[in-house]
Amino acid sequence: MAKANSSAYVERYADGASSLCGQTVPWLQQQRADAILQFTEYGFPAIRDEDWRYTNVSVLDKQHFAMAQKSVSAVITADWLKAYQLVDAWSLVLVDGYFSAEHSVLADLPEGVTVMSLAKALQDAQYATVLEGKINGAVSQDENGFVAFNGAYFVDGVLIHVPAKLQVSKPIQVLHIATQELTAINTRSVIVADELSEVQLIETFVGLECAYLSVAVTEVFVGQNANVTLHKVQVESEKAIHFGGTYVKQARDARFRHDNFALGAVLARSDVHTDLDHASECELNGLYLGVKRQHIDNHTRINHLKPHGISRQLYKGVLDDRARGVFQGRVVVAEDAQKTDSQMNNRNLLLSSDAEADTKPQLEIYADDVKCAHGVTVGQLDEKSIFYLQSRCVDEETARNMLTFAFANEMVDKVKIKSLHDLILGQVLTRFPQEGINKEWL
Amino acid sequence: MLSIKNLHVSVGDKPILKGINLEIKPGEIHAIMGPNGSGKSTLSHILSGKSGYTVTEGSATYQGKDLLEMPPEIRAREGVFLAFQYPVEIPGVSNVYLLKAALNSIRKHQGQSEVDAMDFLTLVKGKVRLLEMDEKFLYRAVNEGFSGGEKKRNEILQMAILEPKLCILDETDSGLDIDALKIVSEGVNSLRSPDRSFVMVTHYQRLLDYIKPDFVHVLANGQIVKSGGAELALELEEKGYSWLEDAEASA
Repeated sequence: MAKANSSAYVERYADGASSLCGQTVPWLQQQRADAILQFTEYGFPAIRDEDWRYTNVSVLDKQHFAMAQKSVSAVITADWLKAYQLVDAWSLVLVDGYFSAEHSVLADLPEGVTVMSLAKALQDAQYATVLEGKINGAVSQDENGFVAFNGAYFVDGVLIHVPAKLQVSKPIQVLHIATQELTAINTRSVIVADELSEVQLIETFVGLECAYLSVAVTEVFVGQNANVTLHKVQVESEKAIHFGGTYVKQARDARFRHDNFALGAVLARSDVHTDLDHASECELNGLYLGVKRQHIDNHTRINHLKPHGISRQLYKGVLDDRARGVFQGRVVVAEDAQKTDSQMNNRNLLLSSDAEADTKPQLEIYADDVKCAHGVTVGQLDEKSIFYLQSRCVDEETARNMLTFAFANEMVDKVKIKSLHDLILGQVLTRFPQEGINKEWL
Repeated sequence: MLSIKNLHVSVGDKPILKGINLEIKPGEIHAIMGPNGSGKSTLSHILSGKSGYTVTEGSATYQGKDLLEMPPEIRAREGVFLAFQYPVEIPGVSNVYLLKAALNSIRKHQGQSEVDAMDFLTLVKGKVRLLEMDEKFLYRAVNEGFSGGEKKRNEILQMAILEPKLCILDETDSGLDIDALKIVSEGVNSLRSPDRSFVMVTHYQRLLDYIKPDFVHVLANGQIVKSGGAELALELEEKGYSWLEDAEASA
């Protein structure tokens, strides 16, 4: 039973609880206590829960992950970081969930912009006030067992605050690095973009070659007329289990875009939920690549709460070997959300007969004057396209590789930050047969 | 250049081509005309190597080699080019990438080194101007979101850059307005040369006003029922195809 298991976690984690961040913040202590109760009672999600029917996390019953401790890894050198840390961005680095001042690059942030360790922010009355109502403000502890687990045990994370009317000149990256075998890493991030501001963000998840559990919850508050783009690049170790939840509140006329690259981990689940106010817009893009026995689950929920909202979703999956990809997309249009314009698309490419794609788009529409569409495909490479390329001198194997790459590359090409684009491109290329793909020509 | 002898082709159990004979010499332009269902598209597909067809009898020899034995990409590298009736959209692969991949495949096949990046751009940009295309097309995904006319122009652009020896134009005029038809035709005409041959498969005579064929063949019910000069196309335009089919039926 998950319950029994969660009790085991709670018992084992009791010792560490006194060293968690925010000890001096009463409201947070209360939230943590509530989260522990919630987690103890319900545990990690089970497949009987409709939102988790395709993704079985019972491995967490069998494998215990200890609470990650602050450590210094000799492997994380400047050279090692180059592969993941963007040069033309500010970056905050979390090692095993804990802020690493040594590796972070935060000098010369624009005036008024806050990018800091969440643990530090909670020690400062000024920031702690900002955080009240934000932590657990975009997601509720009972959303699922991972959110409760995270709410109970997050050790650190990041606070990003962009003041009104400011366009942040460079992207801001939060780089999560896991280094310890059989540990659970819990981070919480809060992103606040005040009205009329604009910012580009990157969350990167990476780990050394070991088995660990990475649980990251990010809450985003997009102010009126503000514009936030958040890229998530999940390239965890191939033995890792990853849960990432991104929960967004969009104010009136706010724009939010999420580009979700789910490439790593043996078992990965990503939640992206957003609430849209009057005339706000969101664009959720996703690319998941599964090889070997990877299981990659993507869950989106868009709540159109007010009229004139626009939402666009395109998730693409490429699944090879025995990999399994899941897309569950849910769009809810409230009774009050007239003139909503929503499109949801999920396209899957299966490269092997043992690969599997499960896709479940759901529309719940309570308003009567809306435009909502969804489309889903699961298929193989198009034979017409293969012949077209062959007739242009390309041999069949190269044609197949090119088309597979192209299918994925459509999502990579949406990324306009050059260094990030190249980083993701490199990661995509290492995961699929490159025979015949000439990187120099791309 | 190309010699087709008594070619019989079936799709499944259904015979489509029933004994085609055709001799194409270097520099010649042959128009294959015929009503819908006569086997015109099958002929262009079988020459370019599309799967799904069975050759039951006969042969096609290209420059002394058995064309039907070669995989499609080898035919292409040997200089056979099919301009598609419906060019395929390939999101995620840029035009310029495909052109480079294709051109370098040909060069490798001929034992040459990869094309120099600067030379390649100069070559491509020159051809883009010839076809009155916007350079931006090069960096867009192959045919993605292109209009019908733009797709056809893109086919001719590829042809101009790859410099094939045998060009098969499958219904190139379909879906083209008059301006696009002129540009495409001028593009084709500029590629005419004594060592390059064309096979133009077309339903209508219209294209032949702009690209003058040396020979016109009428395909009906899987066979060439009449061959002649350019004037035959005009006769067909006037009388339609039925008189030929009738003549064949009574023969």
